Amino acid sequence: MSKILIRGAKVLGGDVQDVLIDGETIEAVGAGLSAEGADVIEAEGKILLPGLVDLHTHLREPGREDSETVLTGTRAAASGGYTAVFAMANTFPVADTAGVVEQVYRLGQEHGYCDVQPIGAVTVGLEGSKLAELGAMHESAAGVTVFSDDGKCVHDAVIMRRALEYVKAFGGVVAQHAQEPRLTEGAQMNEGIVSSELGLGGWPAVAEESIIARDVLLAEHVGSRVHICHLSTAGSVEIVRWAKSRGIDVTAEVTPHHLLLTDEMVRTYNPVYKVNPPLRTERDVMALREALADGTIDIVATDHAPHPHEDKDCEWAAAAMGMVGLETALSVVQQTMVETGLLTWAAVADRMSYAPARIGQAKGHGRPVSAGEPANLTLLDSAYRGEVDPAGFASRSRNTPYEGRELPGRVTHTFLRGRATVVDGKLA
Amino acid sequence: MKRHLISAADLTRDDAVLILDTAEEMARVADRPIKKLPTLRGRTVCNLFFEDSTRTRISFEAAEKRLSADVINFAAKGSSVSKGESLKDTAQTLEAMGVDAVVIRHGASGAPYRLATSGWIDAPVINAGDGTHQHPTQALLDAFTMRRRLIGPDAGLGQDLSGRRITLVGDVLHSRVARSNVDLLHTLGAEVTLVAPPTLVPVGVETWPCEVSYDLDRVLPKTDAVMMLRVQRERMNAAFFPTEREYSRRYGLDGERMARMPEHALVMHPGPMVRGMEITAEVADSDRCTVVEQVANGVSVRMAVLYLLLGGNEPAVTHTRTEEK
Repeated sequence: MSKILIRGAKVLGGDVQDVLIDGETIEAVGAGLSAEGADVIEAEGKILLPGLVDLHTHLREPGREDSETVLTGTRAAASGGYTAVFAMANTFPVADTAGVVEQVYRLGQEHGYCDVQPIGAVTVGLEGSKLAELGAMHESAAGVTVFSDDGKCVHDAVIMRRALEYVKAFGGVVAQHAQEPRLTEGAQMNEGIVSSELGLGGWPAVAEESIIARDVLLAEHVGSRVHICHLSTAGSVEIVRWAKSRGIDVTAEVTPHHLLLTDEMVRTYNPVYKVNPPLRTERDVMALREALADGTIDIVATDHAPHPHEDKDCEWAAAAMGMVGLETALSVVQQTMVETGLLTWAAVADRMSYAPARIGQAKGHGRPVSAGEPANLTLLDSAYRGEVDPAGFASRSRNTPYEGRELPGRVTHTFLRGRATVVDGKLA
Repeated sequence: MKRHLISAADLTRDDAVLILDTAEEMARVADRPIKKLPTLRGRTVCNLFFEDSTRTRISFEAAEKRLSADVINFAAKGSSVSKGESLKDTAQTLEAMGVDAVVIRHGASGAPYRLATSGWIDAPVINAGDGTHQHPTQALLDAFTMRRRLIGPDAGLGQDLSGRRITLVGDVLHSRVARSNVDLLHTLGAEVTLVAPPTLVPVGVETWPCEVSYDLDRVLPKTDAVMMLRVQRERMNAAFFPTEREYSRRYGLDGERMARMPEHALVMHPGPMVRGMEITAEVADSDRCTVVEQVANGVSVRMAVLYLLLGGNEPAVTHTRTEEK
């Protein structure tokens, strides 16, 4: 593989540096590096970040290939600047055996746009009653380290306790979708003023907060670590902050859409805004931003949830929950966190690369941009402004809430172990 | 007026009064030997009912036929989802058939709004009840009934309900009738009080233009009309209240409670009534109870809405009245 010189980029938004890639590795980082024998990418004014890592992606394969496949999902990930994604287990069949997680893992390897690390289900069939073969999934070729019933909550306290205890044997982590099921029966949006006006079933904040409170206490009790998926309320932030202050080993994520959108958007009854957990209030959004800034929330995770057009082009109650997010995540974070002064680009690198790789134990990802490290890199034109056009998405699905909305920033290049997966904003 | 009638909140005070005044004109048609106007001759209206409803569907059908519209009744048992067909496909079928208006009843809140705003169909959409969201023609017929009884059919023309005190009692949380009535009655200047157990009061109700009380007995003496809301029996299994008997004791309307109301005050109910639980037979059958009138008024109000959305700008039946003279 030939050498590549990325010339004049602002590394992590800071110093202007050249970065020389040789094969799969970063050979050198510094000013005025020689371009001899290298293909040169002029990156003046652009931001260079470590390749992004998404701890929460739905790739839908196997079973719902009409929504997304490992190929289309990883192409979308590369387009968004990601070099590794963790694929959620709620596929058909459910990823609750070594066979299914190996299938997903190998598909990722074959396609080569992005490393795919499967997440294993905590319980058989996501049914919440019987532990899946967590050890077998860990020992498989996929080497599963993260377990989650995402889409459903592990609501039985005993099962959750056992899962937390069991994964300690191999350093795994349970990622909880915090949703008390009885409190959210029939829920279709955030419970509050808007849901009452619209006559839509309410998803109360306490249904998320009560599970998080329980799980951090369980994690403390058994001495394990727990990861909380997609925090959406100010109350959840307070509980995680309290748990961390108490020394409990908890990490948490927030989605880009929960950093930007509120339940006021649901007034249109447009199902592009239907998502689980639901869009909350302005107060919640501000609390989530602040918590991401101060480190209470560790990472940004997309919860990329592709659905075919017909599953969203219908009445609200009939529509599927979820929105795609891989290709817009960095732009939303730029708008909500960087341009508001809440995060530096170096901190973005932490929340979107270092920390998710650390939580998920993604080998070779989330590494510093320095010599000797794997060349997993993302180059961003942060000065770009443009309206989101889903027609240009690499994802098989188009269910984005941002269609027609102006968002800043565009990923111009992505490198996966030195190989460009995106060049000048287009898939290589 | 807007092109569609999706929510009572969409109506201005002038819109609402115009509908009520027009409904008075329409009501006179019911007194004639031949209860028919040629207003919508040649226009096709589809009653698209995804949810069971006998009285609302018949009321709309009667209104449409009295205006000489061609009527298509489409009853989709169960939801569009359970049938495997989408609302969009149904709408586009109707569009292809050239319907001029769609009256839709749907179990999903927001379905009429989606139908009206998604570009699936061009025709005006009239919401005949969607989930727990809105039922605007019910609110209009309730307001029409109140105005007739409290002010009078002729004296009420051009009038709103300023200063009238209306109480809604029961399952506000799941009631599209309550939402619609709060919106419309507020627009018409009435003072609205909701009475319900706290479990059946919606979150965020403090932002609604009304008062909330848990004590029916305290509110009744200051009420010009009390509207009892239907309580679905399945709610009892969801722990919204302990027993039917306790609900009835605290929030049911019996003769003793009715006696605490001012003499002129009305008892209303959107129907169907659960006698013995939310209302006793004594009250339901009393002269104060307007349930039968509400049904009759529903046809007049729906004629007015259809006329105003689909008809011309001329007064609905002025020329007919002239002929009568």
